[in-house]
Amino acid sequence: MDNLGHLLDGFVNVLSPGNLLMALLGVVAGTAVGVLPGIGPAMTVALLLPVTYGMDPTQAFILFAGIYYGGMYGGSTTSILLNTPGESSSVITSIEGNKMAKAGRAAQALATAAIGSFVAGTIATLLLVFVTPLVVTFAVGLGAPEYFAIMLLAFVAVSVTLGSSRVRGFASLLLGLVIGLIGIDGVTGRQRLTLGIPQLADGIDVVVVAVGIFAVGEALWVAAHMRRKAMPVIPVGRPWLGAEDWRRSWRPWLRGTALGFPFGALPGSGAEIPTFLSYAVEKRLARRPEEFGHGAIEGVAGPEAANNASAAGTLVPMLAIGLPTTATAAVMLAAFESYGIQPGPLLLERQPALVWTLIASLFIGNLLLLVLNLPLAPAWAKLLRVPRPYLYAGILFFASMGAYAVNSQPLDLILLLLLGLLGFAMRRFGLPVLPLIVGVILGPRAELQGRRSLQLSGGDLSGLVGGPLSIAIYAVLVILLAWPLIKRFVPGKAL
Amino acid sequence: MSEQEPAHGHGASREGDRTSVRADERRSPGERPSPDERTSLGDGPRSGDRAQYGVCAFLALLGALVIVDALSITPLTSSNDPIGPRSVPVLLGVALLVVAVVYGVDVARGGRGEPEAGEDVDLSTAMDWRTVLLLAGAFAANAVLIEPLGWVISGTVMFWGAAFALGNRHHVRGLMIAVVLSLVTFYVFAIGLGVNLPAGVLQGIL
Repeated sequence: MDNLGHLLDGFVNVLSPGNLLMALLGVVAGTAVGVLPGIGPAMTVALLLPVTYGMDPTQAFILFAGIYYGGMYGGSTTSILLNTPGESSSVITSIEGNKMAKAGRAAQALATAAIGSFVAGTIATLLLVFVTPLVVTFAVGLGAPEYFAIMLLAFVAVSVTLGSSRVRGFASLLLGLVIGLIGIDGVTGRQRLTLGIPQLADGIDVVVVAVGIFAVGEALWVAAHMRRKAMPVIPVGRPWLGAEDWRRSWRPWLRGTALGFPFGALPGSGAEIPTFLSYAVEKRLARRPEEFGHGAIEGVAGPEAANNASAAGTLVPMLAIGLPTTATAAVMLAAFESYGIQPGPLLLERQPALVWTLIASLFIGNLLLLVLNLPLAPAWAKLLRVPRPYLYAGILFFASMGAYAVNSQPLDLILLLLLGLLGFAMRRFGLPVLPLIVGVILGPRAELQGRRSLQLSGGDLSGLVGGPLSIAIYAVLVILLAWPLIKRFVPGKAL
Repeated sequence: MSEQEPAHGHGASREGDRTSVRADERRSPGERPSPDERTSLGDGPRSGDRAQYGVCAFLALLGALVIVDALSITPLTSSNDPIGPRSVPVLLGVALLVVAVVYGVDVARGGRGEPEAGEDVDLSTAMDWRTVLLLAGAFAANAVLIEPLGWVISGTVMFWGAAFALGNRHHVRGLMIAVVLSLVTFYVFAIGLGVNLPAGVLQGIL
């Protein structure tokens, strides 16, 4: 087992003091931003990108991965204690979790969420160890037409399955693709959409786009609808689980893991769908389904496990193919490029030390998170009382610092504000943000692969259809696009 | 807890319908759907949200701009790049125009995007433009001041201004936090980690 050998090397690397410190910093920062409203892991990784340029890439990625996993843990604390989810992936948790908290079982809700996250995260990371090399073996044989098809699939999947409305999802995607178009065309050197502004020739940096849409957009949106009366935070002691709760939790943890990992790995499903499915499954299998809606522990255990397992699942396409399925993965992908590391199937071969140390750090990070979250939950809950003016002023402060640091040009701050206004408008009109981010990051690469495919065929459009795989992908695309039509012919409960 | 009912009923009644997950996620569970959101379900008396036509117009204008810009590029194709730099932008521009039209039809039929919910977002309140403009102003001040005055001063101005815009009335405390935050970030990031933050007029003092 070659992989296990690599993984052991990764553990040896990650146990150096510098790397351990980064893992700890990452999970602490991740939990904090997961708990805090208005800021999430994707935004945090984007903000830290310019700050970490000078760092060793391995350490930077250990930090980012810690933030990603930590954000998943922190999000559950918010959704259980505050009744509004911190991250979209914790929405389902808040349904039962908050009921449990109101019934005086906050400690058990937090405990089943934290332990379930640990169990799911560990199992799913193990799956990641075995699945990633398999996907790589499969992906190295792919050519430009297949990549182009996979990216098109990612575009359509994030736009149609996440949007409450398809047309709004596509509008968001197109906005992202257009932003990605700005700058000098890599193949011919022609300027596109630079409007005569010389600073735009290099395009708009991904950090500026992500921070503008997430951080500035969110701050402006909150400013427009600020909740004047603070929401009550349910006080909580140290989380613990009784024997009965353990008995009721372990199966949902495992089922949640089984649902979360594959869905995380698929483009466009993210963490929301598996948490949702896990909730439905647990409700159906529960011995006392009448408890659902009144604080059933299974309804917290399952979705929380699914949520963390999907985070690990997300890393499979990111590390193996260079395909992001969530906003955080998209920003991490941009981070690879800013370090001059080419993401894709060759990543594992060219940067084995980085990838395996990163994966090993996930195991360590999970353990650290369990230790941090169980005894310290009351301390994290205090973060929910941060005065909102300072919180959002701080978010804007770090947003502009991060964006300025990329190129040291004040124009980026103006762009940041404009993108913030765009993010504001998208929140107002219910346009999902993820398609835009994926469009910005994958758009230029998709164009490159598409043009490369056509180069092989001499401009003939048949060049875009390569082997059987790309035909299969286009078939899936057609099904996704025609789904509203197909659904009419499928009996109601079939799905 | 009667206010809990809508969210739960909502979550449970749609199990299995994948495409509706986002809609569930946008409404924070436990929060009663605001009157606006009810209309989005298609059965409300209000005939939609006119401002959405602005989004359609924006998408259409952007599409036109992308096409015009693409056509102004001198065509350049070669054997190793048969489609050149123009095709993709033209395609995206056309797609934007199509989406703008479909969007418009959707709005005319009463379609409505649900405003994003959140911990600190209270959608039952009217849009507070004054706060938004003050906040954007504080942010713009930073963009203008960062080069001449330096990060420590412009960052302080922005933090204090943003906190003020968002309702902070402890002016001295706000100012102290702003100054400390600016100084700490300058020393840690600019001097410690080599991040490019300008010292401005305080060059030599810091």
